[in-house]
Amino acid sequence: MPEIAMTDAEPTAAEVAAVADAVVLQSPGQVTFDAAGETLVQEHERVVRGGQDRIFNRRHLLLPVLHAVRDAIGWISEGAANEIARVLQVPPAEVFGVASFYELFTFEDPGSPDVLHVCDDTACRIKGGVELKDELSADGRVVHGSPCLGLCEQAPAVFVQRTGQQHVSVRTATKDTVDAALDGTMTVPVAPVPQPAEALTLLRRVHDDAVQDYDGYVAAGGYEALAKAVTMAPADVVTHVGDAGLTGRGGAAFPTGFKWSAVAGEPGPRHLVVNADESEPGTFKDRVIMEHDPFSLIEAMTIGGYAMGAEQGWIYIRGEYPEATRALRSAIAEARSRNMLGPDVGGYSSQGRGFSFDIELRLGAGAYICGEETALLNSIEGYRGEPRNKPPFPTTHGLFGQPTAINNVETMVNVNQIMLLGGEAYAQQGTERSTGTKLFCLSGHVNAPGVYEVTYGATLREVIDLAGGVDGELKAILMGGAAGSFIGPDMLDVPLTIEASREAGFSLGSGVIMALNDTVDFDGFVARIAQFFRDESCGQCVPCRVGTVRQSESLLRIREKGAPIEAERAMLDDFAMVMKDSSICGLGHTASGAILSAIDMGLIGGQR
Amino acid sequence: MTMIERPVELRSKVSVTIDGESVDVLEGDTILDACNKAGKDTPTVCYGPTVTPVNACRVCVVEVEGSRTLVPSCSRPAEEGMVVTTDSERVDANRKMVLEFLATSSDVSQSEEIMGWLGDYGADLDRYDAETTERMTDDVKVEDDLYIRAYDRCVLCYKCVEACGEDAQWTFAIAMSGRGFNNRISTEFDVTLPDSACVYCGNCVAVCPTNALQFKTEFDLRKMGDWRPEDQSVSRTVCSYCGVGCNLELHVQDNSIVKVTSPDDHSITSGNLCVKGRFGYQYVQNRSS
Repeated sequence: MPEIAMTDAEPTAAEVAAVADAVVLQSPGQVTFDAAGETLVQEHERVVRGGQDRIFNRRHLLLPVLHAVRDAIGWISEGAANEIARVLQVPPAEVFGVASFYELFTFEDPGSPDVLHVCDDTACRIKGGVELKDELSADGRVVHGSPCLGLCEQAPAVFVQRTGQQHVSVRTATKDTVDAALDGTMTVPVAPVPQPAEALTLLRRVHDDAVQDYDGYVAAGGYEALAKAVTMAPADVVTHVGDAGLTGRGGAAFPTGFKWSAVAGEPGPRHLVVNADESEPGTFKDRVIMEHDPFSLIEAMTIGGYAMGAEQGWIYIRGEYPEATRALRSAIAEARSRNMLGPDVGGYSSQGRGFSFDIELRLGAGAYICGEETALLNSIEGYRGEPRNKPPFPTTHGLFGQPTAINNVETMVNVNQIMLLGGEAYAQQGTERSTGTKLFCLSGHVNAPGVYEVTYGATLREVIDLAGGVDGELKAILMGGAAGSFIGPDMLDVPLTIEASREAGFSLGSGVIMALNDTVDFDGFVARIAQFFRDESCGQCVPCRVGTVRQSESLLRIREKGAPIEAERAMLDDFAMVMKDSSICGLGHTASGAILSAIDMGLIGGQR
Repeated sequence: MTMIERPVELRSKVSVTIDGESVDVLEGDTILDACNKAGKDTPTVCYGPTVTPVNACRVCVVEVEGSRTLVPSCSRPAEEGMVVTTDSERVDANRKMVLEFLATSSDVSQSEEIMGWLGDYGADLDRYDAETTERMTDDVKVEDDLYIRAYDRCVLCYKCVEACGEDAQWTFAIAMSGRGFNNRISTEFDVTLPDSACVYCGNCVAVCPTNALQFKTEFDLRKMGDWRPEDQSVSRTVCSYCGVGCNLELHVQDNSIVKVTSPDDHSITSGNLCVKGRFGYQYVQNRSS
């Protein structure tokens, strides 16, 4: 342990208390503060960036403690950072380095107990987000423009960081609804799932408010999947997941069963991490599950823990999801008190199937890159959310260097369904390579935006029709989010499966279907996507750190200076090549797809 | 005196193919090691023999059969049967772009190596519109008499962070801060070096590839237009301060020491020194009497 040298800046009493409380309160489950060193951190485990010894036992508390100080005080002062450095034994320069990585931490008093993050990104942009931002700013509020807040079906959206109070998100926001929310007269979020319960499988409980509580969840059929899982040997559960053909719903479509059997085959301790850092612009399906059926995620994770012999589960949720965070926090606490999380889950030891499993909830702090799985692991560990070089992969060298399965929320919840149906029966749904149901996030110019659940194989047109059809004349559809691509109305009859979309030249990604009609200012819209990648690149590797900036500059030249598209295109192709070929992670690999597709379709640069 | 017995590492042989030629390296060696053995000239910026590769610069990328993207040769271990291509159009085009990105965002003019590669790979810097192309424009930080920080020359290779931290000094006075293009190497809250945990070992200066970290003597001489590497001699000696026996390389211009380094391959220092060896040389040239 290095000697911690720090400046003379002293913390206030309130800052000291916030740090101390956070350290004590953070770990109610298995990952206790004292145990962290022994159970989670193996010395000499060389994992990240070619090898850093994991010697800072308390380091993984850095992000929770920064949140605690920010929530209590409103910002991170030099004195508070010193206190954090002292208590966690993390060098002050690294405390600053980590805190400054995240958008939701600032180092100056914001001058108001309420800081408004107003979405001016894709879906909100075409629903008045930019104008709302200006209006709230003119009203004297402290306002920041924000990337997508995952509330696209209720655009425009505002996320409010409140000092000393619960954060809130304001949906279908106007100046009046923002004022009302800050006065505490906020309405409870309504599930934006227009389909009736009968038409839903994964989402069948989202209209039922009672499932927020354990008893209500059980009454609605909850925990039947776990009960069925523990009648099988753990390896058989993994086999069912493999037989089901389940693929990752976060965007990469990696076979889940393959991942699980790899982790189960590694020596323990093992981890199960759920990626709930849903930040791909236009994506909001995971939020709906977590807000309206939080126990389903906990149950599915518990099955995963049993199947892989992972005793520690983690949910990494984005910091801009206050309502989903509260729903999960409450559900985890209740599951624990009902013995559905803990040293003998469900009392199954009496049936000879005893196992231990608990869940830690960790909050992101405003960084899209932390949705990249290895960046997410670094973020949990208390490091900057910079992706790791792969190989090695998380299945062998994951959280704290230990074998780790990382799954998206929607992917995870499908496990309940697989247990109820059996793997082979589950695989009967959909097509041969795309099995089960899929959640699509419909936003933009559709008449009834929201999350829609369909069996794989429905065409794009059918899904858009479910959402009430297009409002106005359809010009383009942004598929898969900012990391996806634009497609035209000629693609409406493509079945939404992994294989058919790939053949047609696009990706389903995280299930974003953002319809855009002919009123959209595409020059501005596409420039905003370029800005998004510029803002969200972690900056670790040169191709992405500089490439996203050069790309954004090129789009601004086209938009603001009328630069000829042919000349810019040659540059943009070069930027795209090096980002795709030489970046460390998927952010750089996908940062130019939407932009080049917009040019190919003639959407920008006066080609219309 | 008994000799300290060092465990003999047994490593098996690994055969890889570099541009069609078979090369044997040892298990744990990188593709870069194999490229070097095959006599391939591979550009590197964030790689250094004394620090852990962070593989952030991506200028050393190569093609590896079976890999969808290019692979950083400096940090990927060589595996038996790996088929590596370094002389393809794809590799050249990617290296050229990385070099263009480096040179359009930072002032790399004091790195002879990078300036050379820019020519070798045909980087075309003129096509970047000066008005709309953002660069790092930080003012130089002169906070003491020992070394300066000119972050407009920084390429964010992480080497100084590694040297200050776990790779050498274990001081952790600096870290990467910010995000994306706003990334900067920084002390906590950007306090000055004398206020930070810095112990002035200068090991960060020693690994900096672009002179973003620079001895104050060199900084001052360059400012006066009097920095003349061609007129400098290098004398190797042993540091006289303590009994460790660190080797010093005294760089002398006009009979004055202008900087002190240590050989990277020296068994005791691995290029690293402490504040005394690095900066405490004034007594050698005290000519007042």
